[in-house]
Amino acid sequence: MREIFMPPKDHTNFDAEKTVADLSAWIRKQMHSVLKKRGAVVGISGGIDSSVVAALCARALEPKWVCGLALPERDSSPESLQLAENLAKQLEIDFDVEDISAGLEGMGAYRRRDEAVKRIFPHYHPGDAFKITLQSNPLHGDWLNVFRITMVDDAGREHSERLKLEDYLQIVAASNMKQRLRMTMLYYHAELRNYAVVGTGNKNEHGLGFFVKHGDGGADIKPINHLFKTQVYQLAEALDVPRSIIDRPPTTDTYPGEVTQEEFFFRLPFATMDAIWQEAEQGTAIEKISASLSLEPGTVRRVFDDLRQKQRATEYLRLPPLEFG
Amino acid sequence: MFYRDRVRDYIVENFLFGEGNGFKDGDSLREKGIIDSTGVLELIAFLEKEFEMRIEDEEIIPDNLDSVEYICEFLQRKRLGVQDRKVQFAID
Repeated sequence: MREIFMPPKDHTNFDAEKTVADLSAWIRKQMHSVLKKRGAVVGISGGIDSSVVAALCARALEPKWVCGLALPERDSSPESLQLAENLAKQLEIDFDVEDISAGLEGMGAYRRRDEAVKRIFPHYHPGDAFKITLQSNPLHGDWLNVFRITMVDDAGREHSERLKLEDYLQIVAASNMKQRLRMTMLYYHAELRNYAVVGTGNKNEHGLGFFVKHGDGGADIKPINHLFKTQVYQLAEALDVPRSIIDRPPTTDTYPGEVTQEEFFFRLPFATMDAIWQEAEQGTAIEKISASLSLEPGTVRRVFDDLRQKQRATEYLRLPPLEFG
Repeated sequence: MFYRDRVRDYIVENFLFGEGNGFKDGDSLREKGIIDSTGVLELIAFLEKEFEMRIEDEEIIPDNLDSVEYICEFLQRKRLGVQDRKVQFAID
């Protein structure tokens, strides 16, 4: 599974060992000199990004000053919690679990989301598995980005519909409460210990807007915000992140049905996306990229366009609040 | 003109907040940053309701929806029950 995420070697001069050393020093300096905090709280999901960030913090600050917080809710995979716990044990950091299901229930997150799902599938029952995916795939044609919802009924049959605007907005708005409640709980634990909250987003998520503003985007320091997913995998190897985490395909862990990040949003293997994105940043001509990756120039062009449109459409997510003057 | 005015007015009103000066019928809605994935859903909802039609998944492509011109051609093809753009031009 893992090799599909790794970039071709000739597309990057990334030095994982040096990056680990540089980032550890940077985290320590920012925490002590700027934020004036001795410790870090990291939300650990059992995924690769949060595992790498927790491991970096443990190196930068000593394990005793790092708290890994697992924040499961009713739709989370139990495997995620187990992986998070194993990681914390390996890193010898504090580990705490806060199940946010009751909080989400109180906010009406599930009810509001399920109300919209039921409008689409009247036979849907809360607890049935469903997932949201993007329909387009720039490797296979020029499509516009629209989301689909797929539900699995009691008999195991899949039902899929294109999402209507009002249903899409309601499902997303309700589901985003999960990330925002997680952020609230992370800050509770940080303030309880006088620590800082360390964010776990990577460059793909940040640049293309695959995060929730004031949710998982809310943190005091974001050490891997500038790194491609494929580079995060290389850091994971350098930091000895457990193989069970490295080999697991990245999931959203947000909807009751299993959905990978590739299905949900990115629509491309990370190796392909990162290689094209890196070359684009260096101003490499499309023809040259297509030759080196053995892709049609038209395909590379569609990937370029898809990346640019996602960046543009999500620009407001990366902006701080606008102030007059 | 039947399609063009209604489609253009809708886009100017909803995505350009009434500021349609300089917006050309051939402008790419994606290239100009006028619509994103939410905007595509809004546009589809408008077209389906306004022109009482169902837009199929395979029709949600830039060639059909990425400019006022493309949308009008697409609507015309839908009205005539023609799938292929070349056939439509032959009818025109």
